[in-house]
Amino acid sequence: MSDGGQERKDGRTRDEEPEEQVETGTQADDSTQEVLDDVDELLDEIDDVLEENAEEFVRGYVQKGGQ
Amino acid sequence: MATPKYVGIETEYGIAVDGPTEVNPVLASSLVVGAYRDAGERDVVWDHSDEHPLRDARGYEVPDPHEPVVDDELGLANTVLTNGSRFYVDHAHPEYSSPECSNARDLVIWDKAGERILEDAAARAATTLPPGSRVLVHKNNTDGKGAAYGTHENYLVPRSVPFGRLTRQLLPFFVSRTVFVGAGRLGSELSDEVPFQLSQRADFFEVEVGLETTLKRPLMNTRDEPHADPERYRRLHVINGDANLCEVATFLKVGTMLLLLDLIEDDALPEVPALAEPVTAFHQVSHDLTCARPLRLEDGSTATALEIQGQYLEACRRYVKDRDADLDPVTAQVLERWEAVLALAADDPRSLAGQVDWATKLELMESYRGRHGLGWESDRLKMVDLQYHDVRREKGLFHRLVSRGRIERLVGEDEVIAAMHAPPTDTRAWFRGECIRRFRRQIVAAGWDSLIFDVGGEALQRVPMMEPGRGTRDALGPLLDEVDDAQQLLERLTG
Repeated sequence: MSDGGQERKDGRTRDEEPEEQVETGTQADDSTQEVLDDVDELLDEIDDVLEENAEEFVRGYVQKGGQ
Repeated sequence: MATPKYVGIETEYGIAVDGPTEVNPVLASSLVVGAYRDAGERDVVWDHSDEHPLRDARGYEVPDPHEPVVDDELGLANTVLTNGSRFYVDHAHPEYSSPECSNARDLVIWDKAGERILEDAAARAATTLPPGSRVLVHKNNTDGKGAAYGTHENYLVPRSVPFGRLTRQLLPFFVSRTVFVGAGRLGSELSDEVPFQLSQRADFFEVEVGLETTLKRPLMNTRDEPHADPERYRRLHVINGDANLCEVATFLKVGTMLLLLDLIEDDALPEVPALAEPVTAFHQVSHDLTCARPLRLEDGSTATALEIQGQYLEACRRYVKDRDADLDPVTAQVLERWEAVLALAADDPRSLAGQVDWATKLELMESYRGRHGLGWESDRLKMVDLQYHDVRREKGLFHRLVSRGRIERLVGEDEVIAAMHAPPTDTRAWFRGECIRRFRRQIVAAGWDSLIFDVGGEALQRVPMMEPGRGTRDALGPLLDEVDDAQQLLERLTG
């Protein structure tokens, strides 16, 4: 169930993402939109780097007790 | 007037090998420690001669069936690095014990340096395994399946401070500081009703006071092994904290303790709210994402974790003001940040994201859950929980947040990289690290309080370092610069 770093939920690749926001509305709207875009990019990145086969990995992650 | 305090943190890292062959965790840990090489061609081994892990602060020494034999006897890697730290295998985990630091900011730097050392060492270890193998190291404290491993803070305290006073005055602090010390985790060892909690460690604590560290873990640990003159000092071995990635969290965890220990030493801490059931309260604070749950006090009233923290903060502010001395900038920063973090938590604890690990992780998980419609039980969410702690800067989720500017840093990355090899300059760690860097071939072993030289004579020569504040660059830098080899150094030291 790898995301493979290529496919994104919205079907865009990073190269195709618009570089600038279209000018709309007030400053408050713009900054809210920036925050949302930022979170979106962050989650894209998490999808990219998150361990492939997460299910298998977390099930196999067993540590010996320590101090 | 309180004496200077010193602090170090030991961290047992989680370890997993992914690849074609199965590698047991003890061997994997040994490969990681053995793979790391700082400048120089051979390891300096650890000197155990002055270690007494079973000596109890309450005044006796007990035989303990749970403590393992010294790891060296099993042939496990155990070494001392030029930055003054100890890097070794403990309980099937690679462990980094930071060098002694004189203040919270330095501790943040050398604790972070440990993360970079583990990142480097794990990458090197993978190359010694069959192709396709990966060695993954996590700075966490639990696997979420019943195992816990430690992050222990060590503070040097004068022997004259009664242990009973330390216990009484610190228990409520340990319980309530979870608000900024917690590294966050999914699930609970104690309840099915807790999807996410503040502390990685809290559920594993069962008693108030005791010597154990691997079972029946106590909030207040009594290991009395100062690694310094035992007539003058005791070690406060704090085992209830989490491993932090957020620098603000590490800074506050250590900075508040260093200041509070001054108050306790000077008997300047007013009566603190005694918790009716400290262990239960520790669990309750960890399970409460609002930080507003009332905790039962001995006198029948209640207080929240934030209210208890507020009382400690106020006492510290008053202490600093009364002394009217020039406040050192690090302590000033600790007080300012402590107050700011408590204020944020009172308003909305989740706004601590970017400064405190549990809130940072929770915010990330909530966003990720929202995007993919995941439940709290989801394996992908568990992967987010685990990978938050991955030490690789390319893959670790904490580090991805750092690179996006979402985490506040307090120290420079250049300082951290330098600290992988260089020791702090104002403690005995400087002498330890510098001697290893300069005279590696003539040092047989090193410990916290000694260096053992072999300069070709009939006997090995042991240089004791019983005062953690001595052996600084200011005191010994000129001497080290004047000598050409260890032989000359020993002559100058003894002559």
